[in-house]
Amino acid sequence: MEETDVIFLWGSNAREAHPIWFHHLLKGVRNGARLYVMDPRRTASAHWADVWMGLEIGSDIALSNTMAREIIHAGLAHKDFIARATEGFDAYRASVESYTLDHGERITGIPAAAIREAAHAFARADRAMICWTLGITEHHTAVDNVLALINLCLLTGHVGRWGCGANPLRGQNNVQGGGDMGAIPNRLPGFQDILDPATRGRFERLWGVTLEPRHGKNLSEMLHAIEHGEMTSLFVIGENPAQSDADQRRVERGLAGLDNLVVQEIFLTRTAQLAHVVLPAAATWCEGEGTVTNSERRVQRIKKTVDPPGDARDELWIISEIARRLGRDFGHPTAEDVWNEFRTVAPHFAGGMSYARLEALGGIQWPCPDESHPGSLFLHGRLWETPRGGRAAPFSVVAHDPPVERPDAEYPFVLTTGRRLESYNTGVQTGGYDSPLHFGESLDLSPEDAERLGVATGDAVRVTSRRGSLVAPARVDRCLRAGMVFMTLHFPDEVTTNVLTIDAVDPKSGTAEFKACAVRVERAAAAAETPFAGAGRR
Amino acid sequence: MNPQMAPSRKGESEPRRASARPAVELAIDGRTVSVPEGTTILGACRGIGIEIPTLCYLETLRPVNVCRLCMVEVDGSRVLVPSCSRPVEAGMKVHTGTERVRHTRKLVLELLASSVDLSTTPGIDALLQEYGCRPERFGPRAAAADAGVRDGAVAGHHEPPDPRTAATVAQPVKVDNDLYVRDYGKCILCYKCVEACGPDHQNTFAIAVAGRGFEARISTEMAVTLPDSACVYCGNCIAVCPTGALMVRSEFDMRAAGTWDEARQTKTDTICPYCGVGCTLTLHVQDGQIVKASSPLANDITRGNLCIKGRFGWRFVQPRERDGRAREGDACA
Repeated sequence: MEETDVIFLWGSNAREAHPIWFHHLLKGVRNGARLYVMDPRRTASAHWADVWMGLEIGSDIALSNTMAREIIHAGLAHKDFIARATEGFDAYRASVESYTLDHGERITGIPAAAIREAAHAFARADRAMICWTLGITEHHTAVDNVLALINLCLLTGHVGRWGCGANPLRGQNNVQGGGDMGAIPNRLPGFQDILDPATRGRFERLWGVTLEPRHGKNLSEMLHAIEHGEMTSLFVIGENPAQSDADQRRVERGLAGLDNLVVQEIFLTRTAQLAHVVLPAAATWCEGEGTVTNSERRVQRIKKTVDPPGDARDELWIISEIARRLGRDFGHPTAEDVWNEFRTVAPHFAGGMSYARLEALGGIQWPCPDESHPGSLFLHGRLWETPRGGRAAPFSVVAHDPPVERPDAEYPFVLTTGRRLESYNTGVQTGGYDSPLHFGESLDLSPEDAERLGVATGDAVRVTSRRGSLVAPARVDRCLRAGMVFMTLHFPDEVTTNVLTIDAVDPKSGTAEFKACAVRVERAAAAAETPFAGAGRR
Repeated sequence: MNPQMAPSRKGESEPRRASARPAVELAIDGRTVSVPEGTTILGACRGIGIEIPTLCYLETLRPVNVCRLCMVEVDGSRVLVPSCSRPVEAGMKVHTGTERVRHTRKLVLELLASSVDLSTTPGIDALLQEYGCRPERFGPRAAAADAGVRDGAVAGHHEPPDPRTAATVAQPVKVDNDLYVRDYGKCILCYKCVEACGPDHQNTFAIAVAGRGFEARISTEMAVTLPDSACVYCGNCIAVCPTGALMVRSEFDMRAAGTWDEARQTKTDTICPYCGVGCTLTLHVQDGQIVKASSPLANDITRGNLCIKGRFGWRFVQPRERDGRAREGDACA
């Protein structure tokens, strides 16, 4: 990051959402890197860009494919790398052929010359990287969006080398670690394939159980199954789906209709209030032991610093006790015991990461197969080996597919949701401290739309989608263009943003399209339910 | 072949590291020393166990050469040399403890101690003693300025100094938010906060040095309060402040109440519970309660920095109700 030459920050407002990572990005910029920010909003991150590419919401694939066609036609594709390391290039080339600069400009709203310049800068750079977050993945085309960006890296050879690569910035301190450990519906620990009989057999022998040879349900599929009565019992650990998921009223109905809802939590969240049983848990990051994995695959230790309050129990203790009472007693392993088992079942992944080494080295980046291995600064270096290590990296054919709901006469605005610096998701944690930056929720809109609607910052507005309606204070934001409005999900007790959002789900990842739904905005007759604390500021 | 060393069409595939810098030989206090090119005199001295006092220097910030405490004598140089920023040169002869060096350090320390409240500056008493400082020789300290007076000073408009008293930067503490306080009566103008807020780390530029001479001070734009400034409350200025002029509110309040006791505190490193960057949080715990969060300077991810959530957002874990029932708090009512 600090030693790269071109950075595409795509669908990410890292200045607010990943502030310390952004320090490293700015070091790169100060070292001479050229920064392009692809974001419909002119965010705090975009203020630092050499070029802000304010694309239309949901036109990411069109922009990427247009750049790819331009790179190919300008002769800037990395032919050696494509030949040695990739497959599917011909089909990919054919698939982007219709994305001319003019066509790209029509879809994305970005001038053709700017698309061309960015494409050439990316392809010509010694080192270039693409970093993204939820602006890419909270769409009904989430996986295709990611594949479109990976295509660009493969096309230019910007992968598997220092200072290059395709980098998703993870939004939570252990969302990567959850996947590492197999807490995802389709993989065993260490991302091993549950559909592979030999792999499954190893785990079955170790655990003394039979594993079903199929993928589980992701969150969106679970909510649908609950709605259709196919799932009647739910165990929620440290998640607040009653407020964090799209189309909130539907989620609430689903959770309320469950036969058995168990919530393991540190607070009585809205989800916990719907539960039949609440298991008060320790806040493991400071009241327990374990590891977390960050965005750069660095596994780091978390340590018990203070005692949990009252009867709140260690999370591992709770899980072990539930297992015992369900008839399977595996005692009370420590976090290190569990980790060491993980190291034995995923040796190529984490075999070399003992607690002692994690402590001594200040964290280790996987894969780290043995105790002499220093960890891996970057992945996919194998693609540059001669002969190539492992299988070829596939190009993916992806096509532009606009958001499910588009503005029309009745709902003329596109609502996009996101996050702010001082708050975090549904505010369960960040509600615990006061700061001068806590302004509460607002409906942010462009100066042009504010003038047309006759509203000023602090005025109450009614926001209505096909699914719900709410009143919120308006905030005029010069970072937005006409036709686009913005809200967060940080203050769901005051403003239930997710009653508006749409649960159009990406079939491949299960992610809902939080970044785009159609809404109507009107001046509200009544005052806003909560006054906007930051009126006149920012 | 190690995949980490894979060849590249364009440029290197490895980090650009400084390990291959040629060695430079110099003499420090008569000892011959060999260090990589680009090392500072300070770095070379510390490498062989010679301690040089500093106030404005920090390994995570670019040197700004303002405190003049780290001065050393270099043969052939008319003036003393700031060791924190001056790179070594081949054949250089450095003297770290001459009478001239000790005299200038003593004077710097006396001027600071006579005009600034150094009561929360770690290690300052030992330094004052080591250099035989007598800050009281400048006379009794002048009266503290009223709130806002120093902030309103206009460059070039000076009151004549009163020779009977020692000039002082004493002034009321600025408490204008719940997260941290600014006690500029303790400020030695080392610039560290300005550098951390500015180009070295945070790039927010909420503060800068305003005014000239003895009226110079750290200020927000137009001396507005923090909530009206560009401040984003990362507290990275607090993390680098050497005197306690910048202090988290929890520590300030506990000190005021007489309950702050570092001897009873433990520090444990864990990982921040928020985003996926993975910042190391050092939790300072006293009597079973978290009282402050910081991050180690030597950490590759943070370099001692945090954001508002990391530095202040830990409070949700306490107090939760001690009877074990989960709290029905503001955020989840």
